[in-house]
Parts: sequence; structure tokens; C-alpha cells
Amino acid sequence: MSHLLNLIEALGAHVNRLLARLGLFARFSWSVLSVIGICIARFTLLVREIYFSGVRSLAIITVSGLFVGMVLAVQGYEVLQRFGSAESLGSLVALSLVRELGPVVAALLFAGRASSAVTAEIGLMRATEQLAAMDMMAINPLARIIAPRFMAAVVSMPILAVIFSSAGVIGAYLIGVQLIGIDDGAFWSQMQASVDFRIDVLNGLFKSLIFGIAVGLISVFEGYHAAPTAEGVSSATTRTVVTSSLSVLMLDFVLTVWMFRGLN
Amino acid sequence: MGIGAPDPIIDLKDVRFGYAERPILDGLNLTVPKGQILAVMGGSGSGKTSLLGLLGGRNKAWSGQVRVDGQDVGHLNRSQLYALRQRLGMLFQFGALFTDLTVFENVAFPYREQTDLPEAIIRDLVLMKLEAVGLRGAAPLMPSELSGGMARRVALARAIALDPMLMMYDEPFTGLDPISVGIIGRLIQRLNATFGMTSLIVTHDLNETLRIADRVVVISEGKVYRDMTPQDVRKSDDLFIRQFADGLPDGPVPFHYPAPPYAQQLIADHVSSS
Repeated sequence: MSHLLNLIEALGAHVNRLLARLGLFARFSWSVLSVIGICIARFTLLVREIYFSGVRSLAIITVSGLFVGMVLAVQGYEVLQRFGSAESLGSLVALSLVRELGPVVAALLFAGRASSAVTAEIGLMRATEQLAAMDMMAINPLARIIAPRFMAAVVSMPILAVIFSSAGVIGAYLIGVQLIGIDDGAFWSQMQASVDFRIDVLNGLFKSLIFGIAVGLISVFEGYHAAPTAEGVSSATTRTVVTSSLSVLMLDFVLTVWMFRGLN
Repeated sequence: MGIGAPDPIIDLKDVRFGYAERPILDGLNLTVPKGQILAVMGGSGSGKTSLLGLLGGRNKAWSGQVRVDGQDVGHLNRSQLYALRQRLGMLFQFGALFTDLTVFENVAFPYREQTDLPEAIIRDLVLMKLEAVGLRGAAPLMPSELSGGMARRVALARAIALDPMLMMYDEPFTGLDPISVGIIGRLIQRLNATFGMTSLIVTHDLNETLRIADRVVVISEGKVYRDMTPQDVRKSDDLFIRQFADGLPDGPVPFHYPAPPYAQQLIADHVSSS
């Protein structure tokens, strides 16, 4: 009986901590969003952060997109040719990339490459009292440090998703058309005919914007609330990658159901 | 304060503050007149750094009143608090320099963020502040290229950038070699006189502190335990003061963390393992 009570107590304490952290996250997010105006006015700060988060992620995004496109072409061709519709490869690859893989994989890569770095940077700034020093200089660290890094994720993510999808299409073209020998015209015309700008492209962009907001907020939240120790910063970085990845996948499911529910 | 006496720059009345349920400061009263160099001493966890947090508005008192230059810090809104902080300077324990900025950019930071001064004027002001701490030649260096003492001096130059009325020093001598301790001590004294500031130093370093401070306050059990001049500290035969002054490992501040009787615990461990 006492074991059961202990279990219930531990479960209750865990749920309590989780709710408290969610509340902290909501309050923190509101504080960050309320200083976005200042961040946009300080455009050079934003550009600097877009460079560090977005531009420096270009290599991994482009190369990954290229390989994902190549794999899609190989796998897609293998299945499509059984039904005699290998020419639809362009359509298959484009829809997969624009609707799902572009936004999702770009967000997962961004979380691993840029967001973890943002969390570690902010966590170390906190551990070395740089944020406290700034606050004591009457400079709001949320406006000066946190908001630009968050906005950089929001701005970079849709652009990176577009670049990922474009690289993927090029990869599929290289394998499907150049290597396997699918007709060039059929590849592009099938793609053009099947991809709808509003339903596919805009929805994909909207998804990546939401992922950018989620990943951006998680990374700055974890860094800002990291325990000021080596272990604290390390744990916060790990939590950023894990929470961001799970959030992206969960949000992707919710958004996909919401966006494409009336299409079939 | 009597008639004609200067208004105190710091005035704490019956301040209570702590973390979670544990009180750290418990009825602290302290008044500091303008121009004074006050050293605040006390054992680890006695609330010295918490006191700096209260003065800068980073901590909020449970009860009592914290006044800085006549303003009740606990009741200021964010913009009022930031307006007050623009007139305060704080030197953090390890400098807290921005590691992605050069020495010059670190000192220029408050000017660029808080003023609309043209870059040419900022350059001159930064060089003047760096000259005051003897590091004008280190302007292009990164913080990672500085020694501990140099980093502390750069942080000091940054802290005095906007000519604060009150400078707060959190353990300014910790981890420094004797030469650097002497340099920082002399700088604190000189800057206080030159810029007409008031200085509050939280420290454990008694030798240097007694050399530069006008007054020494010892905090114990959340209250001011002794308020004396450096000369009185040297002559004091109070056991608590002597433990600090002579660096004695045991005394009113015990060497051992509270524990059950040693023999009893050893026997209990032996019995439970057999």
C-alpha cells in the first residue's frame, strides 16, 4: 500500500514540476514576444544572429537536402516503376519535400546545429554573469540577447526549409533524370502539375514558420534557465535538442491533420 | 541624520530577505553616506552578495525598506529601476566581461546602448576609462587574452563608464595575485575620490580592505554584528573579528558543518554493517 502511495506521490510531484515549468515557459515566451519590437528596431543585431544561426546552417541543410532528394528518387523510382508510372517521380519527390520533409528535416537539423549552440551560448553567458551584468547596466537581456536569437530562428527556418526542398529536388533530378534516365520533360511537368502553390508550398512554409517559433523559444528558454554550472549547461543543451525535435514532430502531425483534413 | 548632515546614499531599515523559507538577512539596518568606502564582511552565506542584489533591485526584500539615493528600490517599476541602475556600477566577482567583444567594445558597450553619443566621442571616452585602469594598450584584446587581474580592471572600466554615483564590488580581490589585489585596491580608492562616488565592497580580503576602506561592517546572523573603523578592526579582541582578521579555521564560525557526534556516528555505522 505504501509503495502505491509513494508511486502516486512521485507521479504527482512530477506532474506538478512539469506544470510549473510549462507555466514558466509561457510567462517567458510572453516576455520575449513583448520585446520583439525593440529587437526588430535593432536590425543589425538581428542580422548578426541570422548569420550565426541561419547562414552557418546552410551547408548542413543543403547537403542533407541533396542526399534526402537522391534517396527519395532511388526509393520512389523503385516503387513507381512497378506500376508503370516512373514519370511521376518528380511529383512524388516535390510533394514529399515541400509538404513534409523540407520543413520537418530542416527544423530537426536546425535544432541540432543552431539551437543547441544558442542554448549553450546563453547558458554560459548566464553562468559567467554576463546576463546579470547587462541587467545591472540597465540593459534588458531579453531584448538585447534573447529576442534577436529567437527571431533569427523564426526568420531562418522557412528560408532553410525552402533551400532544403530545392536541394532535394536537384538531388532527385540528378538521380532520376541524369542517372536512371527518366524523361526530363516528364519529371518537371509532373512536378509543375501536381504541386499547388497554396496547398503545398504555402502550407509547407507556414509549418516551418511554426517550427521556427517553437524551436527558437525552446532554445532561448532552456539557455536562459540553465543552471549556472557545466552540468547545467550540458543538460540544457540536451533538453533543447530533445524537446525541439519532439515538438517539431508533434506539431507536424497536428498541422498536417489541420491543413490537409478536407482535401481527400 | 542631523541637520546639515548629507543625505545617505544607502539606507536600509529592518530588511528581511532570504531564499525559499530560509532567511539570510533578518532585520538588517545600514546607512551609508555619500563619498564613503564601506567594506561589508561576513562568513560565506551571511548575505553579503544578497545585499548587493537588494541594492541593485535584483533581489526583493521580504520586508523592510531598501533606499538608494532616496528611492525605495523595492517599489520601483521596471523603467524606474533601470533609470536608477544607470547611476549604479557593479563589478562582478570574475568581471563578467562579454566574451565575444574586445576590451574596447566591452567598455564602449554602456555608451552604445545607453547614449546617443557619436562614435568619435565614445572612442575618446573608452580610451579615457581604459587609461584610468592602466589598460589603454589592451583595447584590441579579447577577454580570453587577459589575465584575471586585467579582466577585473577592464570590468571596472566598464562599470564606471557612465560615472555612477554608487559602485558595488562583489569580491573584487578573489582569485587575484598580490600585485593585482594591490592594483584593484588602489583603483577603487582613486576612482572613488576622483569621480566623487560612494563604494560598497563585499569582500573576504581583510588586509587590502582595511587599507582602503573608511568603514567596515561585519554581518552575522542576518544583522550588522559590528560597525567599526579599520583601526578598530585591527585592535579588536572580539573573537569573531579576530577569527576573520587572523584567518583562524575554527571559532565563532565553526570549522565543522553541523553533524551528529563523531563517535556516535562511527559506532552506529559499525553496528549497522555487522
